[in-house]
Amino acid sequence: MPALLKPVTLGALFSLLALTTAFPPAQAAEQAGEGKLSIVAWPGYIERGDTDKNYNWVGEFEDTTGCKVTVKTAGTSDEMVSLMNQGSYDLVTASGDASLRLIAGKKVQAIDTDKIPSWHTIDARLQNAPWHTIGDKHYGVPFQWGPNVLMYNTNVFKTPPKSWNVLFVPQDLPDGKPNKGRIQAYDGAIYMADAALYLMRTKPELGIKDPYELNETQYKAVLDILRQQHPLIHRYWHDYNVQMSDFKNEGVVASGAWPFQVNMLQSEKQPIASVIPREGATGWADTTMLGASSKNKVCAYKWLEWSLSDKVQAPLSEWFGANPVVPGACKAKAPGGSDFCASNGYEQFSQIKFWKTPQSQCATQTTCVPYSRWTQDYIAIMGGR
Amino acid sequence: MTTPVKSHIALRRNISSFLYRRSTVYLLLLLLPPLLWFGIVYLGSLLALLVQSGYTFDDFSMTVLPVFTWKNYQNLLLAANFDIVLRTFAMATAVSLFCACLGFPIAYYMVRYAGGWQRGFFYIAVLLPMWASYIVKVYSWTVILAKGGIAYWFINQAGLGHALESLLALPFIGGNTLSTSHLGRLLVFSYVWLPFMILPIQSSIERINPNLLTASADLGARPGQTFRTILLPLAMPGVVAGSIFTFCLTFGDYIIPTLVGPSGFFIGTMVYTQQGAIGNMPMAAAFTVVPIVVIGLYLTFAKRMGAFDAL
Repeated sequence: MPALLKPVTLGALFSLLALTTAFPPAQAAEQAGEGKLSIVAWPGYIERGDTDKNYNWVGEFEDTTGCKVTVKTAGTSDEMVSLMNQGSYDLVTASGDASLRLIAGKKVQAIDTDKIPSWHTIDARLQNAPWHTIGDKHYGVPFQWGPNVLMYNTNVFKTPPKSWNVLFVPQDLPDGKPNKGRIQAYDGAIYMADAALYLMRTKPELGIKDPYELNETQYKAVLDILRQQHPLIHRYWHDYNVQMSDFKNEGVVASGAWPFQVNMLQSEKQPIASVIPREGATGWADTTMLGASSKNKVCAYKWLEWSLSDKVQAPLSEWFGANPVVPGACKAKAPGGSDFCASNGYEQFSQIKFWKTPQSQCATQTTCVPYSRWTQDYIAIMGGR
Repeated sequence: MTTPVKSHIALRRNISSFLYRRSTVYLLLLLLPPLLWFGIVYLGSLLALLVQSGYTFDDFSMTVLPVFTWKNYQNLLLAANFDIVLRTFAMATAVSLFCACLGFPIAYYMVRYAGGWQRGFFYIAVLLPMWASYIVKVYSWTVILAKGGIAYWFINQAGLGHALESLLALPFIGGNTLSTSHLGRLLVFSYVWLPFMILPIQSSIERINPNLLTASADLGARPGQTFRTILLPLAMPGVVAGSIFTFCLTFGDYIIPTLVGPSGFFIGTMVYTQQGAIGNMPMAAAFTVVPIVVIGLYLTFAKRMGAFDAL
């Protein structure tokens, strides 16, 4: 990983410079940064203009604070947890299915919201969200949120699919060919919540109130529908690059996906679009959390403050297909000039069931099936059991 | 000025004569660093692994408790988990067989027919793929094997599209497309590990006296008979040695199974998920014990076949 090492050494140099030049005279009040900052993030979250030079929200931060940013991307929440377990990263953009695990595992620390002047600008619906708030302690700063959309090929679907059933029930798609072998599912166990959400609307007699809180009967119904789905699946996608290549080269026409892949494929002029079907969608609400053993806390707080500014929230929302956590950012101009809040479903907040870790103690039932069993059973299903 | 130098020399002489008289101490000093490395890093981590595999994982709090249990090993026998073991074992065996079939003729040609610059060329050609990054190679295979990729293009140009379809429809080797089938995964595994098979076979064939083959022909054996009764038995240690590499490497790999082939975990991916996803270290450790046992058994078998003489 020489590419990763280089910025770190550069950062060290930078901090040396900062020490020798900026420190002595007037700057005593404004705390000097450590000169470096490492972030575990979803791909596409921390852009420095490498993919498209118009989308760069790291450059200005580095210039004004002197904190050199290094990014380690992770493809699933599980990868994020495992990276944070190694303990050498300062920040992580954790989704709700990782954040509670990180807090319980003491891999992240509570933050002092007084040190973040823009804290009060955060969307009130997210400020005290249960996936980062325990009691009156906040374990992170909301970063972005968005839906897991149904991505589809517009040559096959002339009108957007209305229901998730194109992924769960064997059927012929509008082009007259069966969906078998042409659809994908996500390979993380949290995907079982997508099936639960589908059942919540199509089988109300099961009484599912929350797709992350399932009793044994409901859980069994979810397993059944996923087993029914298994023979239809082309591949359980793990890597967003492979998924994009599968839509281009492998004849895959529909799958749950992040808006990120949709945007990337559309920018390549592929016949791809996305929709939130009538059952609603699962989604992610990500929080930037501070690693328990972070050695660069000054830089980390500077980033947490910076992450709430329009200069991050607006271009990131447009780039990733997500929504800002600061309502004011909706009015800010993004590099592409689109009305990203409208196109990314800012108004659909209430329809989205945000990822959270299933736990045995739950609000809507006496006991629920915990995440460790979700993982075990989903592995079995992916293996054809 | 002279006294310190003299005492310095005297000290050195004393040490050397001490070490000469106590040769075991001398040997121990030499061996200490590698022994420490082996003892602490190798055996120590192995021991830690074995201990962990007996710990209890509490499903409700999702934490590890240092309480001994056999439950992790019992769980290995659950149908879904045992599938993973069988799936990995079958693939490792298939890859070894396939590599042996591909590697043997190449190795034989390298020894018996290629001379001078040709031999150098073959060595480089066999080793060349190993110079590139493993990840890059596997990712490029996902593109090569894709439906819109070059492999399909060639197959369709050759008019074999339907043959491939029916091949992929077969159970166990098939799948939706080449890149999501067991067949595709086998190809990628074999590509990546083939050099490890060719080189030991080549060195074992090199040690066979060519006169034996000529003598066999003189005595009236058909080429096939010579191969079966002379060449193959004598080259067998090389084949087994090569298969140790291909078998073990396939058994432990967790990157190829995530990128190429159908769904369904391998031992490597399962260990990765167990420790990364749910922090179930004990189960991950129990799964890791499986390759240790299987490969231990395999090495015992390989030793009987004389494979270690061919390394």
